[in-house]
Amino acid sequence: MTTNINSKHNRRAFLKISTVAGGGLVLGLNMLTSCQRPGASDEIEMPEEWFEMNAYLKVGDNGVVTIFSPNPEIGQNVKTSMPMIVAEELDVDWKNVVVEQAGLDTDKYTRQLAGGSQSIRQGWNGLRKAGATARYMLLMAAAEQWEVPVEELTTSNGMIMHEGSGQKIGYGEVASAAGQLQVPEEVPMKEAKDFNIIGTPTLNVDGEAIVTGKPLFGLDVQREGMLIAMAEHAPAFGMTVKTFDATDALAMPGIKDVFTINTRPEGAEQQWSDVNAFPELVVVVGETTWQVMKAKKALKIEWEKTSDLENTANHETALAQLIEQPTAEPARRDGNPEKAFAEAAQVIERTYSAPFLAHNPMEPMNFFAHVTEDKAELLGPIQTPQYLRMTASELLGMPEENVSIMMTRMGGGFGRRLYGHFGVEAALISQKAKAPVKLVYSREDDMTNGVYRPAYKVKYRAALDADNNLIGFHVRGAGVHGSPVFQNRFPAGAVDNYLVENHGLESNVSTGAWRAPRSNFIAGAEQSFLDEVAEAAGKDPIEMRLELFERAQNNPVGENNDYDAERYAGVLKLVKEKCNWGTEADGTYRGVSAYYCHNSYVAQVVDIVKEDGKPRVNKVWCAVDCGIVVNPEGAKNQIEGGLVDGIGHAMFSALTLKEGRPEQQNFDAYRLIRHTEAPREIETHFVDNGIDPTGLGEPGLPPIQAAVANALYKATGNRLYKQPFVQEEELLG
Amino acid sequence: MATFDLNINGTNQQVDVDPDTPILWVLRDSLKMVGTKYGCGIGQCGSCTIHVDGSAIRSCSLPVGSVGNKKITTIEGLATDRGLNAVQEAWLEEDVAQCGYCQAGQIMSAAALLKENKNPDDAQIESAMAGNICRCGTYVRIKKAVRSAADKMG
Repeated sequence: MTTNINSKHNRRAFLKISTVAGGGLVLGLNMLTSCQRPGASDEIEMPEEWFEMNAYLKVGDNGVVTIFSPNPEIGQNVKTSMPMIVAEELDVDWKNVVVEQAGLDTDKYTRQLAGGSQSIRQGWNGLRKAGATARYMLLMAAAEQWEVPVEELTTSNGMIMHEGSGQKIGYGEVASAAGQLQVPEEVPMKEAKDFNIIGTPTLNVDGEAIVTGKPLFGLDVQREGMLIAMAEHAPAFGMTVKTFDATDALAMPGIKDVFTINTRPEGAEQQWSDVNAFPELVVVVGETTWQVMKAKKALKIEWEKTSDLENTANHETALAQLIEQPTAEPARRDGNPEKAFAEAAQVIERTYSAPFLAHNPMEPMNFFAHVTEDKAELLGPIQTPQYLRMTASELLGMPEENVSIMMTRMGGGFGRRLYGHFGVEAALISQKAKAPVKLVYSREDDMTNGVYRPAYKVKYRAALDADNNLIGFHVRGAGVHGSPVFQNRFPAGAVDNYLVENHGLESNVSTGAWRAPRSNFIAGAEQSFLDEVAEAAGKDPIEMRLELFERAQNNPVGENNDYDAERYAGVLKLVKEKCNWGTEADGTYRGVSAYYCHNSYVAQVVDIVKEDGKPRVNKVWCAVDCGIVVNPEGAKNQIEGGLVDGIGHAMFSALTLKEGRPEQQNFDAYRLIRHTEAPREIETHFVDNGIDPTGLGEPGLPPIQAAVANALYKATGNRLYKQPFVQEEELLG
Repeated sequence: MATFDLNINGTNQQVDVDPDTPILWVLRDSLKMVGTKYGCGIGQCGSCTIHVDGSAIRSCSLPVGSVGNKKITTIEGLATDRGLNAVQEAWLEEDVAQCGYCQAGQIMSAAALLKENKNPDDAQIESAMAGNICRCGTYVRIKKAVRSAADKMG
């Protein structure tokens, strides 16, 4: 992406002059956003000249700063929070910042990827350094101009001051000179106590564009001469295209062409992100979306079976068999679990299961591509632009430097857009159609051509001695394409005799990362089970967990324990205090859960009430330890959204297969949580510990399933073992 | 193909499309007004919500041929020369959006609700908004924003 604000612009018109490399944009996407609220009386003016300080920022001659947000924005708020980190160290007034989405540029940036809740954690140092380095170069330029030592200068809100002489100068006035300087190797950075942008609740930089319906998303892309493409994939996993007859479709108005593409030709190099069960597609290209949608339905395609047509019932049976089978090599073994179980006064054994889930981002998969003889321009919603470029380059037969990728704001992703086959498809279609093309998936295409959260099953066993001490723990997990169990996570490290066994089930159904992979199931199972163990031991569920954390902290079992017991206990203690644990009113049913993932700790307490006999989540308390909170407003929103998402999927959602065919193809059959089912109130508290920031987009989701299940048990007397809980309606009361 | 004269956001627009084309695609493809979003195509998710003569309607399921001279308002037409609509203002103040994709539809449903009911209680808000899905799970903020918009318009 190049910025088209050139030095000649000296008028108030701004923000809408963004274009994408290649030009010809009929309708500019809003990729450039002022942090000042539009309509405010002191709207910022664009500078006459920009001076690029480094890959992350440029300073205008009037002190306005453009900060490039390197990572894809998927709703996790990085387009606001990443520039906040740069602005903090630059020490500039946030109101004078313009944020611009950077395109893929592996020379300038590292890890331009939205996944694993890692953007802030892994970007933290680089972003700070970018801001601090630019600030120091501006200081050096001012020091040179005033002939004073650089150490005597201070900054505040984009101004440089020299106390001794009383001189003051704006960043914009020294930016030209600063840009000529050699980049210093070491620069001072702020101490956390001096942060004034980081830690301040800051509104989404795209908020205004979102609420006024400005073009932001991949589906909003429009280009001169652009055609619309849609693709038909086989109706079932295990099938592919045999032949097709496009006579009727081609006779329909606006239809330009029908052809097949294959995104997995023999011998082509594959990336980890190339997960896709349907590489062979029948493509319809035409003028408008509606025309193409109708023509797609008029295609006559003969499909052929290439492997087994699988059923959910068979997956259930196979997973149930696997969790009864010991593995030759346990994933973890501490002490002597067999002996502990043999000697136990009480053994508790429970099995939990969950179905496939589709990602269902509200914006279906899509991508724009304009491929010519020697170059390719790709524009759209992608979590992994670097990997998309590798595969597109390979399949287009074009060097990577000739393939440009620009990321649009994404209408959600939740992991689905890690797997960018739709971008590759768009590129191949444009190459074949010899035209700029926007590939559009219908909701049905999106839901049935999935990279699903795998179906899982896990069996837990706990051994208690006569004094109700937890002396043995055994987890055996199985899932499609792999087990959901993390062998080194809690309560590993807190129990002397510990055994973890993992099984995977082969399948032709494509599965992949879905918001908080594995954790999105195992947290609910583990924390529901611990609730039962605490009950069997006659202990308060929070107290029992705290005892285990104390053990793990003071005298840990094993060496590879993948959590910090003190921080884990910290969020439980905080949530306990905030909800006044143990004091719920009559008619209120309370459940607790805590989980660690993506380097962060979250504890949640849920209050359920019964209305007309039906349970409703009335309030949720969350305690979160993700280190330094960059943007408290965005952070709270992530936690709230994560837990609503978690409640919804645990309660209502499932994707099932019959003869390889997904039985849910749209939101009439696939149930997502709605307004009437969401919690009434959410209260979120962050631990203030000054530790470098960790993940936030995913950790809010996993624990909530168990908090809800544990509260539902209190409300109904029934434990819930099978997701979605709604299928156990008779148990819900 | 046939010609249709439409009244959209107070402006007359002429389009030449098949009569069964949903208004959603007329807006997005013919008129390049992309604020109204495609989510499901079957009226289940609410992303495509517009106002037809003031009522919230799912534009993905409304053929252009059935619109006649009814007045259409889209998210692009909600703000006026005087500034943003109170619902849009409230959405910004509550920092509702995460990915933002469903929010135009949510806002249109909320604006239609507040036109009919100036002071909805929580249950009325929930039930009026139940046709709009937010996969990011911003429901709690949406409800706060609707309340706050009602107070503003008060």
